[in-house]
Amino acid sequence: MTTLKERYYAVADGVRKAEAGRQKWAQGLRGRWQSIPKPVRLLAGLAGVVLLFALPNIAIPGIPFRTDEIPNGIGFSFVLSTIAIYVLVAVGLNVVVGMAGLLDLGYIGFYAVGAYTVAIFGSPDSIVATKYPWLICVPIAIALTMVSGVILGTPTLRLRGDYLAIVTLGFGEIIRLVAVNLRVTNGQRGIPSVPAPDEAHVDWNVFGWFRIKFDFDLDIFTPMDARPYYWLALVLIIVVILAVRSMERSRVGRSWLAIREDEDAASIMGVESFKFKLWAFAIGAAIGGLSGALFATRNVFVNSGNFNLLLSVMFVAAIVLGGQGNILGVVLGTVIVFYLPERFRFLSTKRELVFGLALIVIMVLRPQGLWPSRRRARELQDRKLEAKEAAAGA
Amino acid sequence: MRRNLVRALTGVAVAAALIGTAACAPSDKSGDNGDGKSCTYKIAMMGPITGDNAGLGKPILQAVQLAVEKHNSAHADKCVTLEQADDKGDSSVAPGLAQGLVANASVLGVVGPAFSGPTSATGSIFEGGKLPIISASATRPDLSTKGWTTFHRSLGNDASQGPAVGKFIKESLKASKVFVIDDTSDYGTGLSEESKKALGSAVVGYEQIQPKQTDFSAVVAKVKTAAPDVVFFAGYYAEGGPLAKQIKGTGIKTTFVGPDGIKDQGFITGAADAAEGSIVTCPCIPAEKATGTFAADYKARFKEDAGTYAAEAFDAANVFLDGITSGVTDRAKMLDFVNKYDKDGVSKHIKFDAHGEIAADQIVIWTYDVKGGQIIAREPIK
Amino acid sequence: MNYFSDRWHDLLPNLGDLVVAGLTQGAIYALIALGYTLVYGVLQLINFAHSEVFLVGTYASIIVWGWIGYAAGDGNPVPALGTVILLLGAGTIAASLVSGGTAVLIERVAYAPLRRKNAPRLIFLITAIGASVAISELVGELTNRRPWGVPLLVEPKTQFVIDPGMSINPAPVTNLQIGIVLSAIVMWFLLDTFLNRSRFGLGIRAVAQNEDTAALMGVNKDRVIMLTFLLGGLAAGVAATLYNLKIGTISFNIGFLLGLKAFTAAVLGGIGNLRGALVGGLVLGLVENLGAGFFGNKWIDVVAFVILVIVLMFRPTGILGDSLGRARA
Repeated sequence: MTTLKERYYAVADGVRKAEAGRQKWAQGLRGRWQSIPKPVRLLAGLAGVVLLFALPNIAIPGIPFRTDEIPNGIGFSFVLSTIAIYVLVAVGLNVVVGMAGLLDLGYIGFYAVGAYTVAIFGSPDSIVATKYPWLICVPIAIALTMVSGVILGTPTLRLRGDYLAIVTLGFGEIIRLVAVNLRVTNGQRGIPSVPAPDEAHVDWNVFGWFRIKFDFDLDIFTPMDARPYYWLALVLIIVVILAVRSMERSRVGRSWLAIREDEDAASIMGVESFKFKLWAFAIGAAIGGLSGALFATRNVFVNSGNFNLLLSVMFVAAIVLGGQGNILGVVLGTVIVFYLPERFRFLSTKRELVFGLALIVIMVLRPQGLWPSRRRARELQDRKLEAKEAAAGA
Repeated sequence: MRRNLVRALTGVAVAAALIGTAACAPSDKSGDNGDGKSCTYKIAMMGPITGDNAGLGKPILQAVQLAVEKHNSAHADKCVTLEQADDKGDSSVAPGLAQGLVANASVLGVVGPAFSGPTSATGSIFEGGKLPIISASATRPDLSTKGWTTFHRSLGNDASQGPAVGKFIKESLKASKVFVIDDTSDYGTGLSEESKKALGSAVVGYEQIQPKQTDFSAVVAKVKTAAPDVVFFAGYYAEGGPLAKQIKGTGIKTTFVGPDGIKDQGFITGAADAAEGSIVTCPCIPAEKATGTFAADYKARFKEDAGTYAAEAFDAANVFLDGITSGVTDRAKMLDFVNKYDKDGVSKHIKFDAHGEIAADQIVIWTYDVKGGQIIAREPIK
Repeated sequence: MNYFSDRWHDLLPNLGDLVVAGLTQGAIYALIALGYTLVYGVLQLINFAHSEVFLVGTYASIIVWGWIGYAAGDGNPVPALGTVILLLGAGTIAASLVSGGTAVLIERVAYAPLRRKNAPRLIFLITAIGASVAISELVGELTNRRPWGVPLLVEPKTQFVIDPGMSINPAPVTNLQIGIVLSAIVMWFLLDTFLNRSRFGLGIRAVAQNEDTAALMGVNKDRVIMLTFLLGGLAAGVAATLYNLKIGTISFNIGFLLGLKAFTAAVLGGIGNLRGALVGGLVLGLVENLGAGFFGNKWIDVVAFVILVIVLMFRPTGILGDSLGRARA
């Protein structure tokens, strides 16, 4: 008769051995991946992208990953498009939180500004009723959110750490409440008929010089089918990720890193911390605005109920869960946080409870996130060693 | 070593979750109607089944269930499956559900969406899919004027409830000073606007609260200063309960009147003793006033009294079910059938006009008293 | 110009009532804020789950009252003074114990393992959110997501009337309102005395100033941290009981907004500073109610957050500054 403790150790030993094997395998995997010639890697990446684009049409018997295969499930392409939009949000938030290390809990505010801008300027049912086509609304949305990022950032970025967190949280809530209360945003009633990307109904007389007239609707983007929106979001994600990556490797990205690690030291070394923090804020805001614009377009309808604070907090949870700083990790985190609750709809009311517990368990077991950036993981390793040394010293 | 263990456990946990995902799904395929037989056609109920407003969705769901069960036992050859679409009353969840329903060609009709917000967010989707919908509870007036041919509702809208409430407060309650409060929701603001129009100069004050607010001191202070005969609150029970309680706490004598949104036991729980003597208005008829055996059947099946909108939902479901009985096999025919429907339901005579509204003379707004912790039918507003 | 004179006209008659109501609500914010500030002072950690610590307290006191025989809507008359004191005592003790226990549990499950790994502070925030969602949803499941009523234990009776004249309506002040504000002040005083006079308090201050040095001096860091969470939980329990009496209905989702406001109050006063929590709570309650009286009730939360932003812009560490034991650089 073995004792419970012995049995526990036996099991733990087995698990440990399996894990050691897995690690070796994972390291081998990375090595092997690196050793593949570049064209092949590129080709594999391309295949992955193609797979992503084909996803709404794929069903594998036996592996029911589609959310519409479960009873009372939500349309799969709709879920995919939601996740894609949220991934875009997370990529933008990652610039602020993961790269520059500024804890922004009110990021949803920028998302809301983007969504409302498209709705207000584009929809014939808003009280402004300028009826601009989508292609004009989106740049306006990006510009406006960027400006609101600077407006929010200029006074608040002098605050540090948790004060910044609570002020941004406050700002996010202010934006939502203003949307509830103002006439132009129409509160809970919202703004319907947000224009689709492929329609334009314009008849402008520019300064009396010449006339611009467009009147078309290609009917590719319809409220009936979320796939075109998903594909559009995917394209935007790829573009934005490439842009953010190149930024990360530039002087700006290195400045963010320096500020994140030690702002005082960075300032002493000549990094203009305020300027770069503001840049991070503005760029993050612009990406948030873009995703908000996309969200409004996909839903065709915007109201104040779409922008509650908890969603904002969920975005932060998603990027930390995935592994902040690493874009692919962030994508993974977002997919987990927003896909699993839809897939597990049959848990119905209990899924939020399960989600909360899962958040604790995962973060306690893997504080660096599921797929951290290598640099971050090393930092955390250092911190852990420090903790050990401190404990040994004491 | 410890770290490795932890990582390993994470790996195992993730793997287990993935396997679980794969394993548990095939078992819960839909398409059965309980006795294992697969039905060709489906109707759906869309509304809050979980979430903060689940209380208002439950009677609707159960009434539709009852209708489907009755239909299936009478017409086993044309059996129907009920699809549940839980939108939580949230207009950002609703479009995805609507697309799912539209994509499912065997769904021939939808009872719902229950709330006005999700209805306005999904109307164009149902329209695009030519899937007929009959809401048993969405009362915002402009839903029927957006050019959606698929939209119908089996009850009166706020354009009829608002004026009726105004008339009732002025004539039956003989109030000369009325304080109107709404909850900034889609439903609340629409209703408060309509009732303010009807009340005219009797309105001595107007305030808005926020959903989930619990401390209403600022509103209560204004109510106290205005000293109205009647406070009309256009909103839901979650805020209505504590609001009624806090107004009563100031000691002023006033009658609390609320619409169908507070017609829920939750209002009485929330307001406790302050609920007593409040009056509830609703474009829904009391279940016991429904014709036929509906109220008794409902009670026998679900062991509780039929709640708000149960009778209206039962009627809505029966429109679709009658269509299937009469041999409708696709959405175009169903839409045609619904538009031509002309028959007595349990709540009223069901016949839709060109906008999908019930004829005005069929709409009756009822008032209810809160007495002894119960919501009891009082009288229809004439 | 017209807008402002109209608004002012709206506000003026209610000024007295709003001040009284604002201070009462502020006292509840202050009691919850004490918990945020204590934990922050020691660990520099936003205990996001503190709102749920408060939430479980509200349920605990109602359950205990039910056991004693007083439930909402049971038709019992308002009990006599002796019974009321007994009920309030039992309710407060139950709420404080349950809240305190929950706070310690959250500490052990969601924070302590991370602290051992020396994880960055952001990670604590995520587990805190997880704990908050889990507890609130668990309560929601257990109560079927229906609101609970509170039995009427204290009939609000006017004790005195403040009559400032000048077209301001006389504002009655009830026993309940006096009790709530006094409780907040007493609770603050007790905690402050405990921190400054007792040996445990010394330990807490020591850890707040410098963990490592405190550990070298023989302070048991883990125990001090648990004690801090416990104290915050006790204060939240008191707040929970008072909230029950004041609002009279509770629901599983009331924690988030209230917690956010209380945390705002703590930051407003200067987080990590007990007196700051008290001042911040009262100021927040007062300002948001006056603001709601002026701009209309729908702007109440906007007023609260705008005040926070403005104060932080001019005093980046809150009204009274942010130190527990006056030693953070």
